[in-house]
Amino acid sequence: MKGEKRASTRERINSGLAKRYRRERRFRMFGLGAVLMSICFLGLLFGSIIGNGWSAFEQAEVKLPIHFDPAMFDVDNLAAADYGGLVKHSLQILFPEVKGRRDKRRLYRLVSSGASFVLQDIVVHNTGLIGTTREIWLPADDEVDMLLKGHIRRDVPESERRLTNQQIGWIDYLVNWGRLEEKFNATFFIAGDSREPELAGIHGAVAGSFFTLIVTLALSFPIGVATAVYLEEFAPCNRWTDSIEVNINNLAAVPSIVFGLLGLAVFLNLFNLPRSSSLVGGLVLTLMTLPTIIIASRASLKSVPPSIREAALGVGASRMQTILHHVLPLAMPGMMTGTIIGMAQALGETAPLLMIGMVAFIADVPHGFTDPATVLPVQIYLWADAPERAFVERTSAAIMVLLAFLIGMNAFAVFLRRKFERRW
Amino acid sequence: MKSFVGRRTEVSIGLFLLVLLVLSSVAFMQGKRKALALSGPHGGRSRKKKLHSLPGYYGLLTALWCLLPALAIIGIWSACSGTILTTLTLQTLPPSMQGLPPDQRNLLVNDLHNLVAGHVAPRDIKPLLQQAADRYKEMRHIARMLLGAVLLLVTLFSSSVVYRRIRPEMRARNHVERIIRYGLIICSTVAILTTIGIVLSVLFESLRFFRQIPLTDFLFGLKWSPQMALRADQAGSSGSFGAVPVLAGTFMISGIALAVAVPIGLMSAIYLSEYAGKRVRDWAKPIMEILAGIPTVVYGFFAALVVAPCIRDAGSLLGLNVSSESGLAAGLVMGMMIIPFVSSLSDDVINAVPQTLRDASYGLGATKSETITRVIIPAALPGIVGSILLAASRAIGETMIVVMAAGLSANLTANPLRSVTTVTVQIVTLLVGDQEFDSPKTLAAFALGLLLFVITLILNVIALYVVRRYREQYE
Repeated sequence: MKGEKRASTRERINSGLAKRYRRERRFRMFGLGAVLMSICFLGLLFGSIIGNGWSAFEQAEVKLPIHFDPAMFDVDNLAAADYGGLVKHSLQILFPEVKGRRDKRRLYRLVSSGASFVLQDIVVHNTGLIGTTREIWLPADDEVDMLLKGHIRRDVPESERRLTNQQIGWIDYLVNWGRLEEKFNATFFIAGDSREPELAGIHGAVAGSFFTLIVTLALSFPIGVATAVYLEEFAPCNRWTDSIEVNINNLAAVPSIVFGLLGLAVFLNLFNLPRSSSLVGGLVLTLMTLPTIIIASRASLKSVPPSIREAALGVGASRMQTILHHVLPLAMPGMMTGTIIGMAQALGETAPLLMIGMVAFIADVPHGFTDPATVLPVQIYLWADAPERAFVERTSAAIMVLLAFLIGMNAFAVFLRRKFERRW
Repeated sequence: MKSFVGRRTEVSIGLFLLVLLVLSSVAFMQGKRKALALSGPHGGRSRKKKLHSLPGYYGLLTALWCLLPALAIIGIWSACSGTILTTLTLQTLPPSMQGLPPDQRNLLVNDLHNLVAGHVAPRDIKPLLQQAADRYKEMRHIARMLLGAVLLLVTLFSSSVVYRRIRPEMRARNHVERIIRYGLIICSTVAILTTIGIVLSVLFESLRFFRQIPLTDFLFGLKWSPQMALRADQAGSSGSFGAVPVLAGTFMISGIALAVAVPIGLMSAIYLSEYAGKRVRDWAKPIMEILAGIPTVVYGFFAALVVAPCIRDAGSLLGLNVSSESGLAAGLVMGMMIIPFVSSLSDDVINAVPQTLRDASYGLGATKSETITRVIIPAALPGIVGSILLAASRAIGETMIVVMAAGLSANLTANPLRSVTTVTVQIVTLLVGDQEFDSPKTLAAFALGLLLFVITLILNVIALYVVRRYREQYE
């Protein structure tokens, strides 16, 4: 009944074709849109972080004429001199018209409270300065810094601002005089944590991250490679081996905070290891990166062709010699790539380290594995909670440093993989 | 007594390890030398025989038998010495100090350890405690001397036993390889020990919690307000530990995250594997992988700094009352984070579908999108479902994004514009605070941790089962 009334099959198909092609184009646009959306998200993330953090690499500093009056110094005890008084005295010289306690206090607030420690450092290292007058650059208060970077708006009524009109007048005067400038913020890289934004730096956190990663690498690489070698080469096919494999796959998917609970209950409460130290942090991170390293090592051991093993056995090597002398060196590039990627993941971990106490405020730079320390991601978390406006840009700058490390490590892993990987 | 303690040099474990290393090297050289001395070329008039293994193995065997027993003893000593010494020191204190309640006793022990480590300036410390600290140091010194003597004896004994048995027929290589294999087995059990450790530690503390708060209250209670009274008459002391609002918050935020990630992830996987050319794929895939490598702290900061104010401002423009810690902000950013999980796992599965199915579909006249939606996705569906489940388990276990962007109040609500809290946020808040460790408030964190572990375990097992059971086997 090929029909006179019904259109032929061919015509029916042709009439629906345009709609199908339109649907096809729409579908393809959705796919492209999804990819572009992900890339947009990434761009938005990086853009907002970099846009916020760029300004943190500069810091406002004020040049004050400091007269190191010998009467204020006791040669035997340089640390006890009133360095704050030196700063106040020089501010009075610059602004002789400021009288009255409240006005003077507002004037002194323009300079950071850490300026006295800077002066102390200078004098202790160079006692010849006593008795002279020098122009010294001292850190300004973070509110001054925020004004110069434009984060404090001048057109808002005075009661809603952190700086009074009088203080803004003084600041403008100093800027015009050339005594207040934005300089490179070296404090950010040298100092440890601090409650004052202009004195806060990431050195302590970077040192803590370094020690923690060393502990993690030293423990997880040998154990991970050993486990992979055993599972791949020696393990008989029985229930025990199966359970080890299932365990490793499960551990890879356990939320990181559960490892923190394990670290708290076992390492801190049972073994009484020092709280908040790089040692405990490294142990917890080892347990987290072991599955990654084991899975990557097994994959690279599997990729070594059986002909290598059989050739070594044929020449007279024992099983262990085959593995140690032939298979392992050939699989090493893949293992190292997996390890570097695991280390990069460990560098960015925060939640388990919060559980073992690395969330405390630690102002000193750690010097050993048992010193209390914090790591860079936790430092970012702590700064993100701080109320001062200046910490927003410092958090973003710390994130930029962290991302730079991560990109470096991942790029290194990709480079190693490209250079040493052999396709059999 | 005090000045005597100060003048003595501290013998440390590091010194023992150094000496051990030197002794092992000596053992190695001696073993190797003896093996070489006892052997000679085969045949010939001397009665010496050929060595079974390379000479290095004989030396290595001696060195291992020198090193390993000593390391085991040092390990046991390090683990037990602290507790034993502390108990012994506490027994020398007057009975009044011994009979203190456990928390004050812990404080005392803490003070003792701080004094011994030299962290505290000895100015305003009770003289009794100072004497106890001195006694501790004395006993520790004696114990270390004993340890050193025992180590020396054991090392010399074991290495000389092995040394005596060195002969050309001795199968040194086999012995060494057996030792190495046992070492490998021990390393492999670390993974199992970790799982057992997680389960036991979380379970143990949770059982302590459930002894104080009944299980049904926890699982089915509708109010989460973990306050515990410090004194009997403190206001606000009633604590309710119902986990339902917290779980509801977790599922809502994970649901929003999956609603963002699954469409975008799946569509980008389809586009990259079916439509995109090689150059686009080479660039786009690594960029999407970067999304997976960014630390979650950065996402949390981004959510709190940019996304949440944006949503709040948009909401006030539309006249809605949006909390500044809305579940929507946290869910959106979490969705961003798990896009690569869905995308790369689905990509693998879609690529595994054989080309013959595609060719057959094209041969019948289907367009590309029809092939994908009617042939390929159904064929790859188990793998895709598995990847979605794995992404869900990742979203449920995520901590930092929600800690920084979501709130702390446990509201049982379906409105994503209000602030909700999740299981992970509660765990962090309860344990980072300063309640004492035994109170139900801190133990509730372990109960929540157990709940989280069980949920993610079940999701992972289901994902694995679904993939394994329904996966098509293509030849």
